[in-house]
Amino acid sequence: MARLGARDRAAVAEALNLVDDARPARRAEALALLDALEREGGAGGARRVGLTGAPGAGKSTLLDALVRALRARGETIGVVAVDPSSRRTGGALLGDRIRVRSAARDAGVFFRSMAARERLGGLAEATRASVVVLAAVYDVVFVETVGVGQSESEVADVVDALVFVTQPGAGDLLQFMKAGVLEIPDVFVVNKADLGPIAERTARELEAGLGLAEREGGGAPRVVLASARDGRGIGPLLDALDAHHGALAAGGALAERRRRGRDRFVAEALRARYGSYGLAAFGGAAALAERLAAEPDASGFGFAERLGREIEEALRK
Amino acid sequence: MERGERERPWVFRTYSGHTSARASNALYRTNLAKGQTGLSVAFDLPTQTGYDADHPLARGEVGKVGVPISHVEDMQALFEEIPLDRMNTSMTINATAAWLLALYAAVAERQGVAPKQLAGTTQNDIVKEYLSRGTYVFPPEPSLRLITDMVAYTVDAMPKWNPINVCSYHLQEAGATPVQEIAYSMATAIAVLDAVRARPDVPADAMPRVFGRISFFLNAGIRFLEEVCKVRAMSELWDELGRERYGVEDVRERRLRYGVQVNSLGLTEAQPENNVIRIVLEALGVTLSKRARCRALQLPAWNEALGLPRPWDQQWSLRIQQILAYETDLLEYEDVFDGSHVIGARTRELLREARSELEKVLAMGGAIAAVENAYMKQRLVESHTRRLQAIEAGEITVVGMNAYTESEPSPLTAGEQSILRVDEAAERDQIERLRAFRARRSRDEVEAALRGLSDAVKAGANVMPPSIRCAHAGVTTGEWADALRAIFGEYRAPTGVVARPAEAAGEATDKVRRRVRELSDKLGRPLKILVGKPGLDGHSNGAEQIAVRARDVGMEVVYEGIRLTPEEIVASARDEGVHAIGLSILSGSHTVLVKDVLEGLAGSGLRDVPVVVGGIIPDDDAELLREAGVRRVYTPKDYDLTRIMDEIVDVVAGAHAVR
Repeated sequence: MARLGARDRAAVAEALNLVDDARPARRAEALALLDALEREGGAGGARRVGLTGAPGAGKSTLLDALVRALRARGETIGVVAVDPSSRRTGGALLGDRIRVRSAARDAGVFFRSMAARERLGGLAEATRASVVVLAAVYDVVFVETVGVGQSESEVADVVDALVFVTQPGAGDLLQFMKAGVLEIPDVFVVNKADLGPIAERTARELEAGLGLAEREGGGAPRVVLASARDGRGIGPLLDALDAHHGALAAGGALAERRRRGRDRFVAEALRARYGSYGLAAFGGAAALAERLAAEPDASGFGFAERLGREIEEALRK
Repeated sequence: MERGERERPWVFRTYSGHTSARASNALYRTNLAKGQTGLSVAFDLPTQTGYDADHPLARGEVGKVGVPISHVEDMQALFEEIPLDRMNTSMTINATAAWLLALYAAVAERQGVAPKQLAGTTQNDIVKEYLSRGTYVFPPEPSLRLITDMVAYTVDAMPKWNPINVCSYHLQEAGATPVQEIAYSMATAIAVLDAVRARPDVPADAMPRVFGRISFFLNAGIRFLEEVCKVRAMSELWDELGRERYGVEDVRERRLRYGVQVNSLGLTEAQPENNVIRIVLEALGVTLSKRARCRALQLPAWNEALGLPRPWDQQWSLRIQQILAYETDLLEYEDVFDGSHVIGARTRELLREARSELEKVLAMGGAIAAVENAYMKQRLVESHTRRLQAIEAGEITVVGMNAYTESEPSPLTAGEQSILRVDEAAERDQIERLRAFRARRSRDEVEAALRGLSDAVKAGANVMPPSIRCAHAGVTTGEWADALRAIFGEYRAPTGVVARPAEAAGEATDKVRRRVRELSDKLGRPLKILVGKPGLDGHSNGAEQIAVRARDVGMEVVYEGIRLTPEEIVASARDEGVHAIGLSILSGSHTVLVKDVLEGLAGSGLRDVPVVVGGIIPDDDAELLREAGVRRVYTPKDYDLTRIMDEIVDVVAGAHAVR
């Protein structure tokens, strides 16, 4: 942990390897580290931003531009990039991250890619663990995932702000609504704004669809037109993220959001491991909610581990 | 059929250049004395990507795959005693084509030759660099602008010069089918012509001449009858484009003019002598049909899958051309395929499919858009994957490689001198010459010329005149390219390997997949590897296929594309937490670059991350690499990717002490 604090890259890499390790002996060590880091981070620490959208929407290029802009402000950055993996083979090609050029040369940027593999606890657990590690070291942590619909809610539980990236003409309002993408993200980016009118039309559609939608504690979602090609919109996007974060932090909503994310993570992790049957043995969703509410500051990983043991005991009886 | 006058043969060329301008000049003069009728200049990778010989990225690459040209005196030495008014010179140069043409014009001027007398070709096709060859520098838009600058400039100033050679050659090397070759090269030509037509400084009445100066650079594979059809289909499509899209009336200006280098992809490292026969047959595909005959031909050497060919190997290829042109009756007949139903039908079929693929690309905004959205690249990676799987499965026969592999020992490949080795001192010598040159030129003149270049480019003026001034002033290749990098920025092309899964199947693959899963369990997390290309070599096909197959057997693969420094590879390996590293290098700079990576790993506490290497690597170099710590070395004869994957599992299991 001391080495993490000193921003030792090798230590960061080792910690990420550790929290990803499924071997029982390493697992205990990993949980101890995660528990400690999570409790230490609390409602402060790094800002966590999710970046999601369909393949080809230009997420990597946009991320590259954001990283450069934040570096220019002197902030350090950790990135977790999640790529889809093959359901049949489990294999995955990670990246095309090469356009995020600065990572290898800049000590202030750390990049880790991983596959959205099928595993106990699913994408959420692995992503969350990596975010917890990086958040202990860097000022801003990005989580980049491919997806439209489903995966947003999982990412949203790990981050303070979720940015949905789409390209002009990617769909009309009805399609966005059907995919459910309007409900969760805090900021919408219509990328490739250099394409002109068609980009503006997409932005208008989104704005109309979002209407007066309020987000839990974080104000109304915003729509930003951006283009990594001519650099347009990067400033406004950062402003939108700053404003969002400011609003969250000011009203104590940030702690609340992270707690909600933790609660959903614990519930999901337990459900994934023990099923509804296991949860019922423990007393069901209501009992779980009660326990979570009683310990607002406990870490998600620690909680899941403790409650898991209780469930196992209950099941043995 | 009546026999006519014997036709004049095509131009005979050999793609060559290495070590230094002086050494290459000697080689050119020898080749010309042997009956070669044109020159084809191979530049080294630093020259192609706009770096001086002493730039960190040039390390290990100087003089390797071509001649290093850093400034006007290098260019002068390259053409010493070769009169440029009587030479037809083809230069394989793309991102820095405007600069090399400027140097050529400056040397001509010093020889007393006017620009109008210069005949030849600059390859200058940036689209295929993004798709296959990898020596791009700038983003697509400014690259296209440099190309159209050259077209606009040469159409009046150098009317005998072909400013661009639209390449389908490299598309085939990257795995393109004949249909893709036709469609994508036509899309590239359209992108260039449309951009030229939109320029205010090109009057409408110059368009027919512009169209007439666009030439093509094709590939010819072993399916030589289909290649005949491909070229006939292209001729027809080109004629139609000239007529309908660009209003070219003169039929001579609508003729498809093209040069050829026959296929290297199909040349084997196993029983390499068989390649001579392949080369002959491939040459037939582009010379048999008079209506679709090439204007210039260069044949690879039979042993190029083993390393750099020697002068004798290149001479053998030249003799093939001479026998074909002078001994056979090939040049005595009218088109021998006119009236053939079979050839006609296949030609029409290719034409129909190519038109539809071309329309698809045009509908998404043309060649540049289809580079940026990775459409073309993904299609090529898919085709190539299919081809390799067919070879592995034995559906495509490659004699000596996946069939009839028993062989007597070959006397041709015996002995130590069986390939050419570039003297390791070449890099140091070039750097010394460069530094001496920098010291004696006029700093003021150089700065003024570079300022003139930047101002002109920013103002949207043609890049050629200020570049020629830079050439005379003593500007270097790196300085010229840096000036443009500062304005245009640098580009990283999409890698194309995120293509939709073309997952390999079969028992062997299933077995490896099972082993990957078991090893992943033992490692505690999924087996993760890094595939990287250190150095300036941009030929990414091999690395891409390894990456795709590794994914298909269940590995998590970090693939970072081309032009990485050893330092970047080491940093990624650590940050990404990979279990193994695969490096691919085809430029011959493997010894230096691989050692740099190994040292970097050791220095970062990653000594236990095993490294495997693939490339064109001679046996004794492979031995050196293994001694330095490389776990496995793969060369073109290792076509069985499944076996390579199996061995990577062994290597990782061994290195991490789990079985």
